[in-house]
Amino acid sequence: MPRVHIPAPARDLTGGEVDIDVEASSVRRLIGALDLRFPGFADRVLEEGELKPGLRVAIDGHISPMGVLARLETDSQVHFLAAIGGG
Amino acid sequence: MASVEERQFRVEPFPGGAPGNQRLVEEGRLPEYAVVGTRPVRHDGTDKVTGRARYGADIKLSGLLQGYVLRSPHAHARIVSIDTSKAAAVPGVHAVCTNADLPSASHRAGDLGEGVVDWYHLNQNVLANDKVLYTGHAVAAVAADSVHVAEEAAKLIEVEYEVLPPVLDVREARLADAPVLNDDVRTDRQPVGEQGDTPTNVAKHFHYEKGDVDAAFAAAELVVEREFTTETVHQGYIEPHTATALWSPDGKITIWTSTQGSFMIRMQVAELLNVPSSKVKVVPMEIGGGFGGKIAVYLQPVAAVLSRMSGRPVKLNMDRSNVFDATGPTPGSYMKVKIGVDADGMITAGEAELLFEAGAFPGSPINPGCMCVFACYDVPNGRIDGYDICVNKPRSNAYRAPGSTHVALATETIVDEICEAQGICPVEFRLKNAAKEGDERVDGVTYPPVGMWETIKAVELSEHWQSPLEGPHQGRGIASGFWFNFGGNSVVAATVNEDGTVSLIEGSTDIGGTRASISMQLAEILGIAAEDVTPTVVDTDSIGYTDVTGGSRTTHATGLAAIKAAEDIQAQLRQRAAILWDVDAEQVEYDSGATLTGPDGQSIGFQEIAGKLNQTGGPVVGRGSVNADKHGGAFGTHIADVEVDPDTGKVQVIRYTVVQDVGTAIHPSYVEGQMQGGAAQGIGWAINEEYYYGDDGRLHNASFLDYRIPTCYDLPDIETIIVEVPNPGHPFGVRGVGEVPIVPPPAAIANAIYRATGVRLRSLPMSPPKVLHELLAADQ
Amino acid sequence: MAKKRIISTSINGDPVEFLAAPRQTLLEVLREDLDLIGTKEGCSNGNCGACTVILDGRPVDSCLVLAVEVEGSDVETIEGVAPTDGLHVIQDAFLDQAALQCGICTPGFIMSTKALLEENASPTEDEIRFHLAGNLCRCTGYDKIVRAVQQAAEGETN
Repeated sequence: MPRVHIPAPARDLTGGEVDIDVEASSVRRLIGALDLRFPGFADRVLEEGELKPGLRVAIDGHISPMGVLARLETDSQVHFLAAIGGG
Repeated sequence: MASVEERQFRVEPFPGGAPGNQRLVEEGRLPEYAVVGTRPVRHDGTDKVTGRARYGADIKLSGLLQGYVLRSPHAHARIVSIDTSKAAAVPGVHAVCTNADLPSASHRAGDLGEGVVDWYHLNQNVLANDKVLYTGHAVAAVAADSVHVAEEAAKLIEVEYEVLPPVLDVREARLADAPVLNDDVRTDRQPVGEQGDTPTNVAKHFHYEKGDVDAAFAAAELVVEREFTTETVHQGYIEPHTATALWSPDGKITIWTSTQGSFMIRMQVAELLNVPSSKVKVVPMEIGGGFGGKIAVYLQPVAAVLSRMSGRPVKLNMDRSNVFDATGPTPGSYMKVKIGVDADGMITAGEAELLFEAGAFPGSPINPGCMCVFACYDVPNGRIDGYDICVNKPRSNAYRAPGSTHVALATETIVDEICEAQGICPVEFRLKNAAKEGDERVDGVTYPPVGMWETIKAVELSEHWQSPLEGPHQGRGIASGFWFNFGGNSVVAATVNEDGTVSLIEGSTDIGGTRASISMQLAEILGIAAEDVTPTVVDTDSIGYTDVTGGSRTTHATGLAAIKAAEDIQAQLRQRAAILWDVDAEQVEYDSGATLTGPDGQSIGFQEIAGKLNQTGGPVVGRGSVNADKHGGAFGTHIADVEVDPDTGKVQVIRYTVVQDVGTAIHPSYVEGQMQGGAAQGIGWAINEEYYYGDDGRLHNASFLDYRIPTCYDLPDIETIIVEVPNPGHPFGVRGVGEVPIVPPPAAIANAIYRATGVRLRSLPMSPPKVLHELLAADQ
Repeated sequence: MAKKRIISTSINGDPVEFLAAPRQTLLEVLREDLDLIGTKEGCSNGNCGACTVILDGRPVDSCLVLAVEVEGSDVETIEGVAPTDGLHVIQDAFLDQAALQCGICTPGFIMSTKALLEENASPTEDEIRFHLAGNLCRCTGYDKIVRAVQQAAEGETN
């Protein structure tokens, strides 16, 4: 089952839980499932159905260019990160 | 594979390099390529040594007007009124504009690929409306027959200011009673937190936490906590910002400019001028350095508005003082960092509080600062808080590994202190604690295969590390650094010419030899010579969307696009050979010697089949389009030898070696050049460079005389050791190279100064007055 | 504005006459009026060397020379360095040694190098670094530039 890492500022929603296993085949479904368990989570990460500007999702350590459309495998590790601008 | 500790390495000269250009080689592992790893003359070289290359300011157009931008003399003031009538009446003046001539902007976040921008703030930065927030903030602009007329007319613009108190220091700016720069800014808690509800200068608060930090510190054998400060510095590219615009009567806007990302300029201009992006064509001229500072727009929308108002093309150039006053900088900072270790010298806990200057508007690199502060090591328990804080300085911008150099000063000097306290060699400590594949950073992300350990191994094996220092007042320090690198969108199109060469077009502006590194990857796949590829950087109407040349992404991601284009050509040529031989394309092979072979012994070379394209179906164009995401992070470790003059406090770097994991070096000369150039910038940041402000918020050293970047007489030879731990996310293993080398120098030099003098400096720059002060204080 | 004057000079060996206002620098006239855009502007106050030209045999920052001052002088710019067939040995050396990245400082470095080697055909590394200290490069860290000057010096003395 994919495992999502909850960023520290969002752990108020999860009661302090850090790594959560979620049955989901895409990032969009994962956010939906998290929101069912922890109401308010979707509002923190989505704006008009897309990731908020500047928010990224990383899968297995690589920031995915596909955002909420990214597919998840059963062993995917999912992170929500702020965009990182290089020089 | 054997564990890293069992593998055998040696350091040797890198073939084709100058003395001092070396590489780490692992026994039994040397990749074989025909083109990759060689050193051909770059394709744009002749134009650049003969003065024929055309940079941003070199564009000439018929009827071209020259402009001048009037800038704020105050660091913080409310604009009461602007009267441009006298300027507009000057003979030879064709247009005068202010913020009122830009479409109104709203608070909306725009995603610029590698970062996010508030369009309202960008609008305000391009031309101030209600308030000016730093000296040099643009207020109005004039277009005239000559730059001299424009300048004299601009001086007739009457601006009434209500001067407000400035705030320049991050620790003061975050206090409740500090003057607030932007009354629309609220503290955004990140990542995935909530937003505050009171006006403040603290735009963002990043928080990362892993493990049980307090328990780990309580159990640690040794805990070292220190405070650090760094000053605002500038990227210091030699070419000032410039933009030329023509707003045609048909509604099409053409912008000639030097930029790291022509598509990023297109997006920003279209948004700020409220036109569809397809109406904006950006023509990238050669760019005279960027380092992160030539991504945001300054002059481009203003030149376009002046062109619309005058009906003529308009050119705007900054002078050097404008560049320092109003562009660039990377933030000054305050940092408090704490590291705990066990009795064996293993890191058990880390904690960091980081305050970065955003400048006038939110947007410092505080997030990468947070993510880099402990990135070099396996830190099992960590807590990081980072704050993005507005102050009355120019809006900060990316500068080579943004944020990572700051935090490396803190972490790497504390590590050195721990090594001394525990009697451990700094190399041994880093070998033991180095971040490896599978280690989880404090932000939760787990590392793919990385080469931190190998860079330290290369230091250990280097002649530099093993050679003794020779004189009094000399010391040697090492430090490591990290950068994520980036992938992103790139497009390449490559046309096979009838003489067996390939014309390659791309959207990545070439700052440091990427025409060569991209062409070489296409050549390697096709089995032809790098010289048989002709690369051209084209405008935004001529190629697909391509992200900025920045974040160490171009050789990786645009290289991937070139590889795809080459593979597309191979597939098409196999079909053409199949037509020639009346066989199935699946039966045709394309071998590494650029020869196609058929099932019955048929054979045709690349050059020969290139001459038969029209009769077999028409020209062959290979296409490659990627949004790359497996760039692989990169680490570097540097060795600095310094000599400190005890009478003046002057620090002279007498020997310097840059070691870096680059994945695979495509063109080693330009890889070495990135490593050497980044190190030189880091050395300047370490010992010399700073924005020097008066209490009134005015910048006092806005020139290359007073903001002194290193000259060739200040620096020693900069030796290089290229480490190649291939990135599994790229066919040749490319990681990207440009960012990391700026990161370690300040810490390496601070550690060297300590070894030379017994004094620890925790404040940049480590300039003679500061070093002398510390030396004298230590004497007493 | 003060009236323009006719200036007679020699640029890259060719006699040239141009009109210049007293306020105009040599840099401005080269770039804006004579279309010699190979000479680059980096700072306009003599601190970066990007606009280096050779004036009567000496390297000067053309931003610090008024155009009216070059009456009767010989001016050499980057456009005059290469022979009609191929490149000058200094230009070849800069390419061989990868002594440029963005390239904006390169014309100035080549002019300063040319002036150095005309005065001192076999400079030491310290002499090279001292002589070129008026030319700023932000990309390379100077290492490869110094190598290129050394290669050019060897090429010239051979």
